[in-house]
Formats: sequence, structure tokens, C-alpha cells
Amino acid sequence: MMFPRLVYESFRHQTRRKLLAGIAITLGVAVATAMIAVATDIGDKINRELRSYGANLVVTPQEDTLDVEVGGINLKPPSDGTFLNETDLPKIRGTFWHHNIVGFSPMLPVTVKVAGSRLPAGSSQDVTLVGTYFNKPLRFGKEDFTTGVRITHPWWKVSCGDGKESPNCAWPEDNSQNVLLGERLATKVQRKAGDTIEVSGHQLTVSGILSTGGVEDDQIVAPLALAQEILGKPGAVRRVFVSAMTKPPDALSARDPKTMTPEVYDRWYCSPYAESIAYQLQEVIPHSHAEQIRQVAQNEGTVLSRIKGLMLLITFAALLASALAVSAAMATAIYERRVEVGLMKALGAGSLAVSAIFFAEALLLAIVGGIVGFSAGALLAHEIGRSIFNSQISIEPVLFPIIIAIAVVVTFAGSASAIRRAVKFDPVFALRGDG
Amino acid sequence: MSPAVETLLTPSQVSDRRALAAHHAPSVSMFGRMLLRAAVLRRRRAASGLLAMIVAAAVATAMMNLYVDVQAKLRTEFRNYGANVVIVAKDGQSLPVDALDRVKSVLGAKTLAVPFSYAVARTRDGRSLVVVGTDFDRARRLNHWWKVSRWPGAPGEALVGMRAANAVTAKADARQPFELTFQGKAIKLAPAGLLQTGAGEDSRIYLDQSEFENWTGLAPSTIEVAANGTAAEVDASIRKLGELLPTAEVRPVRQIMEGEANVLNKTRATLYASATLVVLTSALCVLATLIGWVFDRRRDFAIMKALGASERLINGFFAAEAAALGVVGAILGFFVGIGAAAWIGRVNFHAPVVPRFGVFPYVLAGSVAVALISAILPMVLLRRVQPAIILRGE
Repeated sequence: MMFPRLVYESFRHQTRRKLLAGIAITLGVAVATAMIAVATDIGDKINRELRSYGANLVVTPQEDTLDVEVGGINLKPPSDGTFLNETDLPKIRGTFWHHNIVGFSPMLPVTVKVAGSRLPAGSSQDVTLVGTYFNKPLRFGKEDFTTGVRITHPWWKVSCGDGKESPNCAWPEDNSQNVLLGERLATKVQRKAGDTIEVSGHQLTVSGILSTGGVEDDQIVAPLALAQEILGKPGAVRRVFVSAMTKPPDALSARDPKTMTPEVYDRWYCSPYAESIAYQLQEVIPHSHAEQIRQVAQNEGTVLSRIKGLMLLITFAALLASALAVSAAMATAIYERRVEVGLMKALGAGSLAVSAIFFAEALLLAIVGGIVGFSAGALLAHEIGRSIFNSQISIEPVLFPIIIAIAVVVTFAGSASAIRRAVKFDPVFALRGDG
Repeated sequence: MSPAVETLLTPSQVSDRRALAAHHAPSVSMFGRMLLRAAVLRRRRAASGLLAMIVAAAVATAMMNLYVDVQAKLRTEFRNYGANVVIVAKDGQSLPVDALDRVKSVLGAKTLAVPFSYAVARTRDGRSLVVVGTDFDRARRLNHWWKVSRWPGAPGEALVGMRAANAVTAKADARQPFELTFQGKAIKLAPAGLLQTGAGEDSRIYLDQSEFENWTGLAPSTIEVAANGTAAEVDASIRKLGELLPTAEVRPVRQIMEGEANVLNKTRATLYASATLVVLTSALCVLATLIGWVFDRRRDFAIMKALGASERLINGFFAAEAAALGVVGAILGFFVGIGAAAWIGRVNFHAPVVPRFGVFPYVLAGSVAVALISAILPMVLLRRVQPAIILRGE
């Protein structure tokens, strides 16, 4: 009966000291929780940000012919080669790693004649028109989703031709006869948003001017259906760009699936490597060949591992600092109570009993501070995720007991040496008031 | 160490203090001695306070160093994505012969600038494919992601794209020479190795620029540049290059630039948030330690007050003590922090983080400020207490 009362009275009468130690533990745990949450989630978050580099996989027909393209102008005969079937595309959502596939965009380049009354000598000019999805609603099974270049090519910008965005100049609808004109081509043929342009006998409306900093600046970008109509091949797709979140390559990823044992194959198949996602794309799209775009895919791993490593080291620094703060606060709180120890010992309490009281108090503080700190840390991590990445940083519930256990251990460790000193302290000095 | 010694003063010290109080003019030597004695006599607690201070200053230094340096380090990593600036000759015009030198004069001699020239040639069976002339040595350094089975070394050797290989040779990895014609001129090339990138390069054949020029007579029409520096610096370089090369169009590779800016901004923000949290926690550590220390010395405080020391003197004494702790802690912690940052740089980026002495004033000011706050907080609480109550031991 005596023991709980001692602890209770200690908390009731020494509110200030308990509060100081409690605040230190709470803040320490909060920082530790937030940092662990951010560090464990940072890989996923940065992986998503790395998707702003665009597609990292490309699917082409198995028997594809060579691209003969210089500076964005396709020199290949228009109907040359084989095509993928557009109706196979939604199956991409049915692959094992479909949650990792951020989006995909089909491409169908067609060489067209742009009749330009304003072109030199009234001639027409060969221009590449690329048919694609802009933000196309699709359905796979029971799942509705949208995909297209607005997701896979986030650096594409549409303006009225003066670099400014405006409601009049917008992305074309996927089922319209409207097109985007690359900005260099637009200057060449002197067209701006709202004008019409004659392309291989079709009168098309320019809904906006496209700026990409790449070859598309010299091209026309149109809805896929329109490009198929001009080419006269309904349902045809030349290639599909797929943007997927992948795991950095390692020793397993580079191996050939044909030489693997069944267990290794399962492990390879069920890891989101660029190689295994490409393999699965090939499975769902008939007669296709999927490959990683090495410029994007190969560099992601390095950037990702650098940022993850950095966060890991900083998390260690945060944990160290929190542990020190908690230890320091506990040591201070106990050091101040030597008189009490002296009194207890003078009344016949053994070292063990005195230590037990202190440890019980520390345990109580650690648990209360741990719970409050964990909630505060979760909130903090949530805020960091929302303000920096515009998405949630979720805390694994399994972290909770781990964090509480760490808080208790650190609090005990921080108290231990102070308790030992307090217990060793001669009661005579303490009671005389020399403490 | 007897605790009694800590607070009891020798008779000579007491008389010193009386004299001091009578004159109302603290002598510097006395003040210094008090500070020194306090540190020596309570070295255990002083040491723990100093340790907390050093850790906090070290963590703050390391964080500030990393925050500045990591961005530069990451930018270097991002250059592995290849060129972020492309220089293309305008229609009907060609790049000046000294274009590469001009690029280097703007961006520095170490900048990677790779020339490319393009031609459409025909294979023996009449298929057309794109042949590119370049500088292999530079292309290799610019495009780290190119998967090449063997780089060409000898004259007459070409790098053959994965898909182009099917068009020029019977079997994919056959090493037999093949023939290409460009405007009636034929050239015989030996495949050195295969090139795989997953993009347009796979359909092309690469040869050395001088051989390409001898064969086709075409000079480079494109220069790909990996420009270092922040987004603003790259923009400035692009403008300067545009003025220097009037026959060419200089444009940023938006895919690379925007991807980099995006990832870098997010990383920087995360780093900033974490660094702030870590620095705050270590400041908390100092506060917790020092507040305890000052509270613990309320007896010294009471005795000084009982002996007639003025409020100003006592405040000055504690403040000076805290400031001294802050300064010493900041200096020691700064060097520890520099070491920690260098270590993190080596472990994570395989390149040392350059020590930035510019952050020292901030670390120093922060340390002293935290130390002063932790001294003043308990002082405010103690000022209201009668010395007699403290000395009675209540």
C-alpha cells in the first residue's frame, strides 16, 4: 500500500519537476516518432516525386521496325511496321504491380502534310503528328481510372502561345478533333490557339500551344483516335510509355528470369523492379516487348538511395538528441531529490526500495510521455507529409509499442546513474541540508 | 568530493565578497575567480552541462553544413540524368566551328559538352537508319545510363544500337563488318559493341565524329550540355550561350530540369523540417540540463544575496557563467559537428562535405542564447524567494 502512495504523492507535490521531465520525454518521443515515420516513408514519397521525370518503361510491338527520326521528324514510311492494339492497354491495370503504375500514355506517330498558305512558296511540309491520351477515362474490370500524358509527362505545358496559361487555351478533349501545336512548329506555320490548321486533308482546331523542351516542340500532338483516323488504322498504337514506381536495381533484379529457380523467380516476380514490371507488361499485352528507359530508370535508384541514406543518418541524429534530452531531464529531476532519499534511508528504506520508487516514477513518466509524444509525433509527421508532399505520411501501428519501449529504456538509462548516485548519497549530508 | 565544500565559502572569500558589496564595483579578477571556482568545484554538473551544449552545437553545425552541402551533392547526382541544356543549330544554319570552346568559356572548362551530328544512311538492303557522329569519350561520361557491351576504340569501329543491330547484321551479336551508304558514299564499319538505352538511341548507329565527318561531310548540329549549378544559374548560362551562339537555339531540357527541381525542393523541405526538429531537440537537451544546474545552485544564489550582492551582480554572474558555457560548448561542438557532417558526406555521398565556417556565428549565437535562456528562466523564479527560506533548506 505504501509504495503506490509514495509514487502518487511524489507526482502530486512535485508537479514542476515532473512536468519538466515529462515535457522532455514527450518532446523527445514526438521528434523520434516523427523522424522515424518520415524516414520510413521518404523512399515512397521521393519515388513518387521521381515520376516527374516521366515514364521509365516503354512497350513496343515485338517485331518493331527501326525508328528513323532526327530532331523530332519521323522519316519512316507512315504505315510501316507493326502496331499494338489499343484495346489491350487497360490490361496494364491488371498486372501484379498495378498499384505501382502511376500512369501510361500510348503514342502513335503519323507523318502528315501541313498545308501552309503561310509557308515559304505555298508548299506543304512533312510534320509528325503524335496521337496520344491526354487524360483519358478508361475502365478495367470494375475499376475506373484516367491516364495520359498529363500524368506521365508532367513537364508538358500548354499555353496560348505567349507562355501564359489561360482558360481559352487548354488541353484538347480525348474525343475531340482538337490538337496541340508544338511551340516551334507554331512559330514556323504562324498559328496560335484558336486557329484552324489543315493536316492531310483534315481541318483541325488548335486548342493550345505545347511547350516540352523536347522533340514535341516540332510536332503536332492530337487525341489518339484522331491520329488513328488520319493513319487509317483504327486501334493502332506504336508504343506505350509507362510510368511506374520501382525498387532500385540490385543483384537479383538484373538476373534473367529464364535461368531462375522457381523460388527465386517468385521473389523476383513479386518485387517491383523495373525489369519485373516490364516482364509483367509483356505478359498482359500480346506480341509486345517492354523495356526500361534507362535514362530515367537507372538513375532513380541512386537518387533514391542517397536521399534515403541521408534521412536515415539524420533520424539517428534525432534519436540520439532525443535520448540525450530525456536522460538529461531525468538526471536533473532525480538529482534534485537527494533530501528525500536521505529521509527515506534514515527511516530505514533500503537502496532497493528507493531505486524501485524512482524507477516506478520513471516508468510512469515514460509511458505517459511516450503516449502523448507518440500522438504528437504522428501529428507532426502528418503535417510534414501534407505540407511537403501533399500526401499522407502514415504511421505503422506496430511502431507504437516499439516507441514506448524505446522511451522506457531511454528514460531508465537516463535515470540509472542519477539514481545510483542518489542512493549512495549519505543521508546525514542530505538531511543537514547540504544537498 | 564532499558536497559541503561546494557551497561553503572560505573566510577570505567571504571578506572578499563583503568588500565587493561595499564598493559596489565588482572587480574583474574576483568575478573571474568566482566563475572559475564554480566550474571547478561543480565540475561534474558543469561537465554534463558542457556535454549537452557540445552535443547541441555539434548537431546544429552538422545539420546546417548538410543542409547547404547536400543540395550541391544531390545536384551532382542529378547530372547523371544527362544533359539539361541542348544547343541545336537553327534551320539551314550550322554551329560555329569553335562552338564547344564557346560553351566551355561560359560554363567552365570542366563542363561536359558533347557534340552530335546526324545523318540518315542506307543499309545494303536499302533500309534507312540514323547514323550519329559523336565523341565517345565524352558521350560515355555524359550518359551514364547507356548500357554498352564494348566501347569502340579502334578506327572503323561503331557502336550499334540494340535494334539497329538487327538491320545491319544477320545475328544480333555478330561481329562481322557491315556497309552503309550516304549520298552514294559507302563506308565499311565493324561493330564494336551493342548499345541499349530503351529509347531512340537503340535504333541508331554511333561513330566517331571525325570518321563521320570524313564520310558525310556533316558538322555537328547538336551539342548536349550538362550544366552544373542551381536552376537560376543554369537559366543565366542558357541566356549567355544564346547570345554567344546566334546561329543556334539554346534550350533547357525541361524533363530533366523540372524533375530535378521537383525532387530537390521536396528533399530540401524535408531536410529543413528534420534539421529544425533535431536542433530544437538538442536545444531542449541543453535547457533541461542547465535549468537543473542553476536550480541546484539556489544555495549559492541565496548566500550571495544574503551577503549583500546586488541583483545585478548575481544576474551578471549567472549570465556570464551561462555565456561562457555557451561559447566553449559552441566552439568544441562546432568542430565535432564539422567532423560528423564530413563523415555523413563520406558514408552517403562518397564525397566529403566541405566545412562551412560561415555557420559558426549562427551556432555561437544560438548556443549562447539557449544557455542564457536556461540561466534566466530559473533566476526569474528564484528572485521572488527569500534567501533565508532557501538557506533553511526548504
